[in-house]
Amino acid sequence: MAYSEKVIEHYENPKNVGTLDKSSSRVGTGLVGAPACGDVMKLQIQVNDQGIIEDAKFKTYGCGSAIASSSLVTEILKGKTLDEAASIRNQSIADELALPPVKIHCSVLAEDAIKAAITDYRQKNQQL
Amino acid sequence: MSTNIQLPIYLDNSATTKIDPRVLEHMLPYLSELYGNPASRSHSFGWAVDKAVDEAREMVANAVNCDTKEIIWTSGATESNNLAIKGAAFFYQDRGKHIITLKTEHKAVLDTMRELERVGFEVTYLSPQENGLLDLNHLTTAIRKDTILISIMHVNNEIGVIQDIPAIGNICREKNIIFHVDGAQAIGKVDINLNESNVDLMSFSAHKAYGPKGIGALYVRRKPRVRLISQIHGGGHERGFRSGTLPTHQIVGMGMAFKIAKEELPMETIRIKKLQNKLIDNLKNMEEVYFNGDLISRVPHNLNVSFNYVEGESLIMAIKDIAVSSGSACTSASLEPSYVLRAIGRNDELAHSSIRITIGRFNTEEEIDYTVKLLQKKVNHLRELSPLWEMYKEGIDVANYKWNTEHTERDIILHS
Repeated sequence: MAYSEKVIEHYENPKNVGTLDKSSSRVGTGLVGAPACGDVMKLQIQVNDQGIIEDAKFKTYGCGSAIASSSLVTEILKGKTLDEAASIRNQSIADELALPPVKIHCSVLAEDAIKAAITDYRQKNQQL
Repeated sequence: MSTNIQLPIYLDNSATTKIDPRVLEHMLPYLSELYGNPASRSHSFGWAVDKAVDEAREMVANAVNCDTKEIIWTSGATESNNLAIKGAAFFYQDRGKHIITLKTEHKAVLDTMRELERVGFEVTYLSPQENGLLDLNHLTTAIRKDTILISIMHVNNEIGVIQDIPAIGNICREKNIIFHVDGAQAIGKVDINLNESNVDLMSFSAHKAYGPKGIGALYVRRKPRVRLISQIHGGGHERGFRSGTLPTHQIVGMGMAFKIAKEELPMETIRIKKLQNKLIDNLKNMEEVYFNGDLISRVPHNLNVSFNYVEGESLIMAIKDIAVSSGSACTSASLEPSYVLRAIGRNDELAHSSIRITIGRFNTEEEIDYTVKLLQKKVNHLRELSPLWEMYKEGIDVANYKWNTEHTERDIILHS
């Protein structure tokens, strides 16, 4: 599997690996994928009083592209409003990382993770 | 870590092996001045290479203890498997149309069986036990009155387990069923004695034993005589079993490779067993590590290990300093977990997080030390990244967790 340099960079030096306090009302957690499919992403966002994502952390079980997609997403998310975050599409992640067609599903999963984290945050804060 | 090691380290010797320098040296004259066709009976160019082909046939026959007339040259184990299985099935189809094999066979056997099903044969695919070994009672029960052929591999390419070939041979002989063995992974790893076993057909390959690619052989028993319908027609080479001009350089290479394999088997077994033990002893102390396949009835060259909560492809990427495979090399282009690991009851997660390390003649103890350290370091790193490891550490039952798999349907659409 030939990976792009950007995938390898994120894979070798993943950004924002870790865990936020999932019981905090400021934190939204998305857990998507399934081990049987070969990919699981856990994405967490921490939102400030202005509704801006001030921190994002991830942990991913999956191939290099899945790890890179989630690492990239945590960087993109910081500083964005929830609506801006919700508008991120998998295609932009795939383009940025130059994912091959067989790895597009990793970017789809990353988009799903963002949406799941936002949904979790909004449910906690009754903003649906 | 040691610095006098050349990276990456080749630990994929069940995919293929490096040609032994002694083999290469033996081959070279047949790629230059000794260019005759062994089928040319009318001049010395032909006679010289015909003699070399005879000598190579003798080396192969000696390595597996059979008669030279029982060795048929082919292009490799895939062709040998095709010739043996289709050839026997078509010849003996008047006796019956039932064939038995194992779910963990190589694709060269399984896909050939599928083709035979397409043309009207009935195939029973037996499940091995959890240790990868065939339960002989299970085999006996599957035998029917119309069973004409049983095909069971000697050494599994993915998990390295050794099937009880003598015992299966006895069952087949007693029931008058043709017995084919895929021996591609067996040569140089286990002692093969065809004269003293009830094997009727056995497939071999040169490149799994430090010989060249593109050459193999099929053993066809003469007493009692086993008949085949040939699959490649032409000039009637190889007593009509397999037509086509003999690739002399590859044949002499295979002969030398098999001669060396036989001579060095006892020493090599001891040396490689020590390396395998080193891997096992170091890896078994890690948490959530599973060895796949029986550890006793197994060749020392193979270790197949699953690191739970670590995904296989990212592991392969993390350990790019060692060349290992994730499942069989033949299927690593697909995203499917290994069918062999599934057949022995490993769940998808463990199948996905497995690697196959296959040690060969040219691996050193320093390389194994390096491999152990690398695996320990990288598995720990990937587990730090793994949400599944975090859940496991929190005491969550990951295997029975209710995953929301809505996205997987989209995956399927994207992949199809």
